[in-house]
Order: sequence, then structure tokens, then C-alpha cells
Amino acid sequence: MSLDRFMDDALSEWMKGEGADADIVISSRIRIARNLRSIPFPMFATDEQSKEVMSQCYSVVSRGALDKVGKFSFIPLSELDDLSKRVLVEKHLISPNLADESRNGALILSENEAISIMVNEEDHLRIQCLFPGFQIREALELADQIDDIFEENLDYAFDEKRGYLTSCPTNVGTGIRASVMLHLPALVLSQQINRILSAVNQVGLTVRGLYGEGSEAIGNLFQVSNQITLGQSEEEIVDNLYSVARQIIEHERTARRRLLEESRARITDRVLRSYGILRHAYIIDSKEAAQRLSDVRLGIDLNIIKNVSTKVLNELLVMTQPAFLQRYARQKLSPEQRDLYRAEMIRQRLAPSEGAGQQP
Amino acid sequence: MFCQECGKKPATLHFTKIVNGEKTEFHICESCAREKGEFIPGTPNSFSIHHLLSGLLDFEPTAPSGMAKPQEGLRCENCGLTYTQFGKLGRFGCSSCYTYFSDRLDPIFKRVHGNVVHVGKVPKRAGGRIRYKREVEKLKHKLKSLVEREEFEEAAKVRDQIRDLERKLAGDHADG
Ligand SMILES: [Zn+2]
Ligand SMILES: [Zn+2]
Repeated sequence: MSLDRFMDDALSEWMKGEGADADIVISSRIRIARNLRSIPFPMFATDEQSKEVMSQCYSVVSRGALDKVGKFSFIPLSELDDLSKRVLVEKHLISPNLADESRNGALILSENEAISIMVNEEDHLRIQCLFPGFQIREALELADQIDDIFEENLDYAFDEKRGYLTSCPTNVGTGIRASVMLHLPALVLSQQINRILSAVNQVGLTVRGLYGEGSEAIGNLFQVSNQITLGQSEEEIVDNLYSVARQIIEHERTARRRLLEESRARITDRVLRSYGILRHAYIIDSKEAAQRLSDVRLGIDLNIIKNVSTKVLNELLVMTQPAFLQRYARQKLSPEQRDLYRAEMIRQRLAPSEGAGQQP
Repeated sequence: MFCQECGKKPATLHFTKIVNGEKTEFHICESCAREKGEFIPGTPNSFSIHHLLSGLLDFEPTAPSGMAKPQEGLRCENCGLTYTQFGKLGRFGCSSCYTYFSDRLDPIFKRVHGNVVHVGKVPKRAGGRIRYKREVEKLKHKLKSLVEREEFEEAAKVRDQIRDLERKLAGDHADG
């Protein structure tokens, strides 16, 4: 299987599917941390030991144990150049930590990119399942199934009292991080977002921005995830996230309805203005692009913009990132050049004649 | 990774030293670091790459080289990580650390998770009673949501499964 495909397509195959509540929930993700009993955690493992982890994981793949869930590639990070690693980070298939810090790191990637398993990241294994839309329970089910397969083939570090043992005390127990990526422009516009986010923090969940540092959310995208991994079952963790996310979704819907009722002209102007800028801008930085793309996405959801598909926007979210732009340009780009290429790419994608799927 | 000085103990200190613009990486154990006073932080020629990782902060920066006393106290016999280092790093070294530090972990877990005992998934290999118990909890959870959704036929099946498992549990030490 050619690795180029993973690098060239901005939109992972899995993202092309439709999920529930896709107007607000971009994606749902489950990550499970696991370690082998007899080998120190990656940070403390010798070169030999981390190679042993890699080889044990490789043999799980090569003997076809994962075949029942899909077709997988085993990709040692050492085989990738820096740009390819960055592209994988921008697609959320690997963490920056695996790309930059790991020794004998590897990625086990399913053909549709819905399943990405990191080897020798902070833990020996990080199993990650991504679904489009609001499908966190489906993601858990799949991740659980993959975990079972690895468990049959590897000797996991498990303790009856503490559960699955992890490098960081914040992951011990279930080792599960469940998260949903939410697009919340109306809550941001109506300045309700902070109140809601602080309420979320009080029920054992954390919120952070998508590509932004700290809590700053670029493009009104927020990732909500569980904080507690010990003392709650996987189902409880996911149910809790589900019901809180469900409430946030309802708040966002209400805020959107109110925007339309109370300031239809202003919101229409804002959306179409952003659409115009994206269609015609010659230079655009990543921050402005993210904000304008958020406006256009809202415009589509509110039925103000009718001839652009959400799929194109999901694609642009990834394609307008620095590494992806360089991949597209086939050359190293200065920040100024990136802004030129970014604008070009957006113009091309949003041009009425191509890319845009017809929507009723 | 083993200590590049003695080659016997795990290297728990990792840092880069720059001499005349030349970078050299060091991966050494704590006792070798203690012997070489030059590695104590604050000396102009050394700095730590991952100062969070280094454990170097265990030493009094003002202590003259050679004077630092060996760390008394808790240490994981498997990977060599001391409890003090664990406190600084916020990371365990290996699965045995959980055993060696076990007496001190409850307050930490309590603070982070509000809980100290795992109630989630259990690997099949860990087997036996505990797995049955968890399975029962899981099924009861499922039963509840089935009843809420008024899927009574399915709920009846789940109820039977629970009964079977509970019978197994009650029976003399189920072993799986
Ligand atoms: Zn040594
Ligand atoms: Zn240890």
C-alpha cells in the first residue's frame, strides 16, 4: 500500500462518511493507552526494549490478527521524512509527541484511517478510533474490539486495583480518553461560550481549542474530553461525555435559532462576507482562514450558503495547515508563501465550477 | 536506556552539555551524576533538555559537588526510578513502579481522579471472578438503558445473562 495516499488526501476516508449531528459535531474519538507488563514505559525503555515493543506489535499486524477489523499498514516513524510526519500530525493520525520525541515509534494505520495505533508514544500502545459526527459510543465499541485483539496477543500491564497501568497517572485505570470535536460559532458569537465551558469543567471534562494553544479555539472548534480515567467504567465515561456533549449541542442549536430570529441580516452579512473573502482573497493567514471557514460552515448549516458542501470545509481545515500546504506546493514554504498558497487552495476548492457538491 | 558511564543502571538523567559550541548528549544514572559534580544544575556549561525529566532538581543547587547525600527512600527496584523523581516527572518508569510506590499513590489518584480503584474493563487473562463481576456490572448498565428505551424483549435476554453470571459467581470460586 502506498504511503503517498495517506499524505495526499486531506480528508481521511472515514471523514467522508456522515455521522449524527454532523452540523455541530465534526468528529468523535476514543483513545486507549496500554502497556506491556515486562518492559519499562517508552520514556525509560532501552533502545533494545523499545525495539522489542515494536516487533511484538508488528507481529500482531503481520500475523493478521487485525484482519477482521480492516486492512492495516505498519509504518515505522524512521521511514518518514519530517514533512510526512507533520502531515500525519495535521490529520490527527499521530501526536506531535510521537512525531518528534519517540524512539522506535511506529504507526499502525487502517486503510480508511479511522484506526490509528501509535507504538512507543508515551505508552507502548495508543489505540485511536475516529468517527465522523457524534458517534462516540460506536468509536468505543471499535476501540474495545481492537484492544481485545491486542490483549489476546500481548501481555498487558494490568493491576486488579489500579486497572491498566500507564506512564502518566492521569491515564491509569481505563486508559481511555474519549473526545468530541464541536463547532460552536453561535455560542461564541452570543458570548455564552465561557459560561458553558466552565460548567463543563466542573463535571470532570476538559475543553480545549482544536489547533490553538491552551484554551484558545481557532475557528470556533472545541474538543471536549473526559479527565477521569480511574474509578469509572468505560461506559460511564462515554455516557457522561455523551450527555454533556448532547447538552452543548442543544445550546448551540438554540443559539443558532436565536441568531436567525434576532439578527438574520447581520449573520447573513457576516457569513457571505467571509465566503466572499475566501472566494477571492489572494493572501490569507491560518487564523483568518480558520475564522472565515467557520463562518462559511455556519452559513451552510443555516442554509444561507447552499452550493458548498461541508465535506469541502472539513477538507480545507486540514489542507490549510502548514505541512499540508508544503506537501501541496511540493516545496518548502516561508510563512508569507504559505499564506499565498493557502489562499490559492481555498479559492480553488470554493470555486463554483469544481469541488463544491450540489446540495438541495 | 542504560547509563553511559557505568552501563549497569538505567539512565534517568538525560541532558545536553555544550562546550565551546559543541553539543554532547548525556544519558546517565543518578549515582554517576552524583559522582560527577559538574552535572549539578547551575554550573554554566550544563543545561537540561527536559529539565522536567531530569530529576536533577533533586540536588540542592548550592551544595558543593560530592557533598550531596544519597537519596534515602523509595525506589522502584525494577526500573530504578525514585519516588522523588516520580514526583518531579509526573511519570512512572515501569509497571512495577505502581507496586513499589503503592502506599503513596492513593492521595495522588484521589486528587487526579477522585477515585483510587479501577472499576472498568478487565483483560480476559486476568480472568476469573473479577471479570465476571465486571461483566455483571456492565450488563446491569445495559439492562437499565434497554428498559429506559422500552426494549423489553432484549432486556429479558440481558436479565437472563446476568442471572447466569451471578450463579457462576455464587458457585464455588469461578475460574476463567
Ligand atoms: Zn551509572
Ligand atoms: Zn519502575
